[in-house]
Amino acid sequence: MNAIRAIWARLQAPSLLRGPLLLAISVAATGDILLRLSGDTSTAVASILDVVLVVTPLVGLVLGTSRLHHSRDVITLMLAQPVSRRRVFVDLWWRGALPLAAALAIGVLAPFAWQRQLVNTGVTLVLSMAIAAAVLAVLSQTLAMIIALRFDDRVRALSVSLATWLVAAVLWDGIVMVVALLMADRPIELPVMLMLAANPVDLVRVMMLLGSDAAAMLGYTGAMVSRTLGTLTGRAVLGGILVVWLALPMWWAARSFERKDF
Amino acid sequence: MIEFKGVTKSYGRRAVLAGLDAEVPAGKITALVGPNGSGKTTMIKLLLGLARADGGSIVVDGQRIDGSPEYRRAIGWMPQIASFPGNQSGRQVLASLSRLRGNDAEPDLSLADEFGLGDNLDRPLGVLSGGTRQKVNAVIAMAFRPRLLVLDEPTAGLDPLAARVLKDRLARERSAGLTVLITSHVLPELEELADHVLFLSDGRAAWQGDTISLKRRTGAATLERAVAQLLAGPLALEAA
Repeated sequence: MNAIRAIWARLQAPSLLRGPLLLAISVAATGDILLRLSGDTSTAVASILDVVLVVTPLVGLVLGTSRLHHSRDVITLMLAQPVSRRRVFVDLWWRGALPLAAALAIGVLAPFAWQRQLVNTGVTLVLSMAIAAAVLAVLSQTLAMIIALRFDDRVRALSVSLATWLVAAVLWDGIVMVVALLMADRPIELPVMLMLAANPVDLVRVMMLLGSDAAAMLGYTGAMVSRTLGTLTGRAVLGGILVVWLALPMWWAARSFERKDF
Repeated sequence: MIEFKGVTKSYGRRAVLAGLDAEVPAGKITALVGPNGSGKTTMIKLLLGLARADGGSIVVDGQRIDGSPEYRRAIGWMPQIASFPGNQSGRQVLASLSRLRGNDAEPDLSLADEFGLGDNLDRPLGVLSGGTRQKVNAVIAMAFRPRLLVLDEPTAGLDPLAARVLKDRLARERSAGLTVLITSHVLPELEELADHVLFLSDGRAAWQGDTISLKRRTGAATLERAVAQLLAGPLALEAA
């Protein structure tokens, strides 16, 4: 009984740790099952990557939005203290982004480590996947802050977060495919590059794809772009766009926080 | 002393403060009153830096507040409903705020002793009753020895004994030079405490002056009746 109480107390610990801890366990358990059930590691990697690309933005956006709304009174209390808004923003941001990014990265790495599949699968590939999860977690947290600061109504903010996730993680690949089919008789590299740049989830997917042999398994965009962006320059361009995707929303979120009336 | 000079604030197309000129005198308890939507909450938010004025200026002790956040070191704030993290104790919240403020001095917990909070200051706030949380809220507002105290419905949820303790403390602090800005819908309570009245209507100060002058001006025996006359409009005031 005491043990149950202790576990419950642990689960009631600050949400800063509780949510990410459960998330890390869930992602690790999913990865473990996929590694055990898949016949070969490349299939398992593709499945885990798909899970990461779909689950990370969803969790980041929904958790981030509800966390900011839930913390509104605490934020107000902090803002009434002799500290700058910038400091409160930075504090709020890293307390959300860092645990989530760490949880996802650990959740991705853990099953490979305890099943001794790291070397077999490729350390670089698994690490890239963990980093990709962390980057998406950070980005989705930042986007969640922008959404939560823009919409005071909690339901509306969560709806916008879910719609953002649906478009970025689920519908986008289909939209790219339709555009590519419509432009079948013209050069499509530039439009596809632009559409790729417009969606960080696709961007991360393609960057991961370029570092693995799983091209065929990761959607239409991935398969097509791997042909045109497999060069060093192509990868550098993708990396640059991803950095912009990290920096620009961060600047926007900081600016929104600075101007927000609480 | 706090001065609002021509302060304007709109939310979208709705003008909440329309060129507010008001003063909160130092070392006095000022009652901030007015009908719903008159701009009281917005005035407090602007003072605390929770919202930004569209125009005009706010001056605290001779300094405009739109620069450094340092002026807030002098301010203690007691919100009407304090939703602190339920898993933290009052002492932990105080420690967090102390770290945030960079205060070297220990927080002043004498009000906690006066309330007889005892162990409740170490229990998670989530398990405390609404009244006890409100006591903790008051302790936090006073903990960092403010020179200006902003109180929003401070006795809401407090039992009569705790309300008495708080009012006695405010009276003592006023004698020691503390400036207090207080909003409450319990006007007899304000009458007991307030030296000065600031009445807002449509985003402007429709009346400001000491309590005795207001009662003399309106011919009312109590602050409640005087404010009721103000609420009836300026014509009623003229007629009085």
